[in-house]
Amino acid sequence: MTTFMSRNDLFLFLGFTIVVLAMPIWLAPFGAGYPDLLQRFMIFGIFAVGFNILFGLTGYLSFGHAAFFGVGSYAAVWSFKLLTLDAIPAMIFAVLISGLFALIIGFLCLRRSGIYFSILTLAFAQMSYNLAYSVLTPITNGETGLQLTLADPRVLDAAVGQTFVGQPVPTLLGQQLGGYAGFYFCAGFLILAFFIAQRIAGSPFGMMLKAIKSNQTRMQFTGFNTRPYALSAFVISGMYAGLAGALLAVTDPLAGAERMQWTASGEVVLMTILGGVGTLVGPVIGAWIIKYFENILSALNDNILARFWSFLPEGVADVVVKITSKFVGDGWHLTLGLAFVIVVIFLPGGIMEGVRRIAAAFRRSGSSSAKPSARTQPAE
Amino acid sequence: MEKSNVVLHVADVHKRFGGLHALADIDLQVEEGKTHAIIGPNGAGKSTLLNVIIGKLAPTSGQVVFDGTVLTGRKPYQINQLGIARVFQTPEIFADLSVLHNVMIPALAKRDGMFTLNMLRSLDSETGIRAEAEHMLEDVGMTNRREMLAGSLSRGDKRRMELAMCLIQHPRLLLLDEPTAGMSRHDTNTTIELLKKIKSRGMTKVIIEHDMHVVFSLADKISVLAQGRIIADGSPDEVRGNPKVQEAYLGGAH
Repeated sequence: MTTFMSRNDLFLFLGFTIVVLAMPIWLAPFGAGYPDLLQRFMIFGIFAVGFNILFGLTGYLSFGHAAFFGVGSYAAVWSFKLLTLDAIPAMIFAVLISGLFALIIGFLCLRRSGIYFSILTLAFAQMSYNLAYSVLTPITNGETGLQLTLADPRVLDAAVGQTFVGQPVPTLLGQQLGGYAGFYFCAGFLILAFFIAQRIAGSPFGMMLKAIKSNQTRMQFTGFNTRPYALSAFVISGMYAGLAGALLAVTDPLAGAERMQWTASGEVVLMTILGGVGTLVGPVIGAWIIKYFENILSALNDNILARFWSFLPEGVADVVVKITSKFVGDGWHLTLGLAFVIVVIFLPGGIMEGVRRIAAAFRRSGSSSAKPSARTQPAE
Repeated sequence: MEKSNVVLHVADVHKRFGGLHALADIDLQVEEGKTHAIIGPNGAGKSTLLNVIIGKLAPTSGQVVFDGTVLTGRKPYQINQLGIARVFQTPEIFADLSVLHNVMIPALAKRDGMFTLNMLRSLDSETGIRAEAEHMLEDVGMTNRREMLAGSLSRGDKRRMELAMCLIQHPRLLLLDEPTAGMSRHDTNTTIELLKKIKSRGMTKVIIEHDMHVVFSLADKISVLAQGRIIADGSPDEVRGNPKVQEAYLGGAH
């Protein structure tokens, strides 16, 4: 076991698996224990874990990862339309197509680094969005979005003589992937995605990515060609994004161009920074928190707020409702923006840094009161 | 001089930056296993010369040949893979990684080449590389700092670690750009001892240094650079006695 995975990594992985699989139970008291939201937790968790491989480990900030997410969605829906309603071929197809797409875009964008790299990725993503929205309408069905219909060929399903009645729904080995089945399907992929990310971070390859982030010049003078390393990280994170996009198509078989817009690219950056750049768990937590508050806050409206503040005197309540209403509903992005600013200023390492600080404070107070001499210090 | 002993040949190299003739007609031959020091006043072009050798700068004309291979036009990582390592004037290290990892990375470059997609292997299973790195840290006297972040080391320790990062690759040619600048007298002497130890292993070294104590304790041969030209070339004693050198460089020190 020692050479395969260290004890700490194993505990982290097992802990993560348990937390994910038990989500329907422990999230129920927070009003988030229903499949639709849980599926999104899984999907955006995968997106953020993959994004972190590029941004967190390698230090390249992409502002265009929604393009790969969208390509994954389109590829999955096309697989449902042309091949079969089974989800597995769709996932494989989507990951391969988005990986290929990432290879081409990454090859071009990685000729530059820093801000120029970020702008190039943004430009390519917006180009992809516009292509999907208008030019490539035969492939993407433009504004309406790509949908499943009864008239789709589905050659593999037809070959085994399977026919459908009503609206086609993605399946796994004949079982429909709605509700909790859909959640556990996505959860399986999140756990797998986390496992692979953990292996990458703990491999010599992962150390090279961190070294590129730390000092690219030294890497080159140490005998490493850094370009293929960065490109590999780019393609891997593009494949993660494609996987996430495909899962979204599995749970809701409709692919639209808006998934590729720059706001969607920006959202995954926020998730990663909010949770903790470069940490394994941080980006997942960031994704969960953003999706949770999006769900809660965007559902609030003036009536609910009026009831919530009703204990205040009439005039005051009106003013408070007016102010707070700007931060909920469609205005929840305002809340997100504020939260993001506060985290970046006070906790530049994201939520994970907060966790580390609290843990360190506990350890300090615990050891200083109980047995101060037991504190281990690095040998000098 | 026997031609066959020359491992590095800088041939008729010129380097211009706009109107500035930073290197003019440089012809330098470094013999195998020897320590060749390049000295000269500030702005003489010493670092530029090193940058041309290592591939960081392209010469305006002329070429650099290492053991029969033309280096000019090659990328820095290709030049390193041929067996040339460099210590920088300001340490170039991986500040966010531990000292041990800093030293393991060059060892992996030496073993695995310029690119390997070994992402499913565990770093913990690299026991051979790890042992090698620990041994190297012991050699430079940094064993007790191996778990520290490299960025938190003192300036002198950063230089020593960078030297370890180069030595672990067992380069055929080691380029040192002021390896003892910013070190205390004690650390300087430790570094000199270390460099003498490598000398006995037969590694060729090109060293740029301000500290005459270091130069005269290590160098087999000295080239004196002033205003982009080599004004003197020879053994330490010959250079010390050369009036042109006294005037251009050593004279200022008295």
